[in-house]
Amino acid sequence: MKSINDRSRNIGSFVSQLDDTIIICRCEEITKGEIRQAIHDGMFTVNEIRRYLRAGMGLCQGQTCGKLVKYLIARELGVIPDQLDPATSRSPMRPVEMKVLGNEEVTHV
Amino acid sequence: MSKHSDVIIIGGGIIGNATAYYLAKKGVSVTVLEASKDIGIGGSSRNGGGVRQSGRDTRELPLAMWGIKNLWPGLSEELGVDVEYTQKGNLRLGKTEAHQKILQGLTDKAVACGLDVRMINGDEIRAINPYLSDEVTCASWCPTDGHANPLTATLGYYKKARELGVRFITEAPCFELRKIKGAIRQVVTPDAIYEADKVLVAAGFDSRKILATVGIDVPMMPLKMECLVTEAEPPMFLQMLGTADADFYGHQSKHGSFVFGGSSGFEHLNKDNGTPISSSIGASCTCRGIIKYFPALVDAKIVRAWAGWLDDCADHVPVISPVEEVPGLYIACAFSGHGFGIAPAVGYNVAEMIADGHSTIDLSALRYDRFKPKQ
Repeated sequence: MKSINDRSRNIGSFVSQLDDTIIICRCEEITKGEIRQAIHDGMFTVNEIRRYLRAGMGLCQGQTCGKLVKYLIARELGVIPDQLDPATSRSPMRPVEMKVLGNEEVTHV
Repeated sequence: MSKHSDVIIIGGGIIGNATAYYLAKKGVSVTVLEASKDIGIGGSSRNGGGVRQSGRDTRELPLAMWGIKNLWPGLSEELGVDVEYTQKGNLRLGKTEAHQKILQGLTDKAVACGLDVRMINGDEIRAINPYLSDEVTCASWCPTDGHANPLTATLGYYKKARELGVRFITEAPCFELRKIKGAIRQVVTPDAIYEADKVLVAAGFDSRKILATVGIDVPMMPLKMECLVTEAEPPMFLQMLGTADADFYGHQSKHGSFVFGGSSGFEHLNKDNGTPISSSIGASCTCRGIIKYFPALVDAKIVRAWAGWLDDCADHVPVISPVEEVPGLYIACAFSGHGFGIAPAVGYNVAEMIADGHSTIDLSALRYDRFKPKQ
């Protein structure tokens, strides 16, 4: 078993850092400190951080902060970033109005 | 690391996490085994967030009513995470006479169970929600229904259970359940064999193949459904919405985004290759449906669409049950797409079932052996 899969592994206690107030996710305004705290709450994957804090769930869908979040998790857990999956990508790649997305002709005969 | 605990829970979704939390509160040692890399990756984080009683089968209605009365109102405080529980009612909408009939039938059954739900007309509907189009002519209205955030509720239970000492292992799919001297004892995963006197299988539709290893079957199939979410919009309404056809549902979240689910009619014929991928027609079809109900949302931008699988039971009602023929084995699965709202109540009652041998709510109508051939 990879050590990262044991969610009770000891990663030490949360120690605040001078730059914890830096905003990592600009769309949802989530700070580095909030993300680090969430990792200590047990959120060990990019998907979990996203669902727990909304980091990467805003207009850009994590295209800006995804990598930063991944590196923060890796550093906090003491693993290399390659061990972590990126957040799941979702369609549409850019925000699309409902009238545009729903605009296709459907002819029922 | 110890491979022994009092209880093993297979499945790190909201049912598994909530049960783990309520068991840990009773001082029971628990290990949760999750097959994937993420906690709450299945239906727990892919659903529309409804916390409702109206429209439910009478067999699961007592659980829904009990949970809404006793657990949901204090859940954010208990878990230390904002689960965004909003109790501002549920409108189940109809446009045709056939819809009216469906809604009336559901309403009559729920009233007989003591639920405050009634039929209302178009004017009354638009007094509650002025954004609905004139096409909507009837609805059932249940003022004590609502919605919550499935993501923070699922991970909130996980966080709190973990704090209480519950052991969570990810990437630990269960290959096999093993009995020793006739009783459940071992859970086999690729990396280790875990042991406990009691095992709860709460693994969504994967429960079926896990249970098959001890000769138990729950008749259910995976059924794909799709959802989408808009960018944050100004606050418009707080009700949970559904339709008589069950083709569309959703709400506006605390964040401001609208979460909607819908179907294109091709879900059961889906080509997914083992991954729940949104189809090319799903989101477009749902958008057309939403615009008919909510013309005001025509310019709202969709930022994300996703799909997930329901564990759709033969009678569309969950299996929550001890398995007497395999002593120590318990099942909580086949929630058929409406498990989130009852999840806290299920976790609480299953924890009682496992630890005390009986539960606050009578769950005998949800037993695993209720399925009989038609003749």
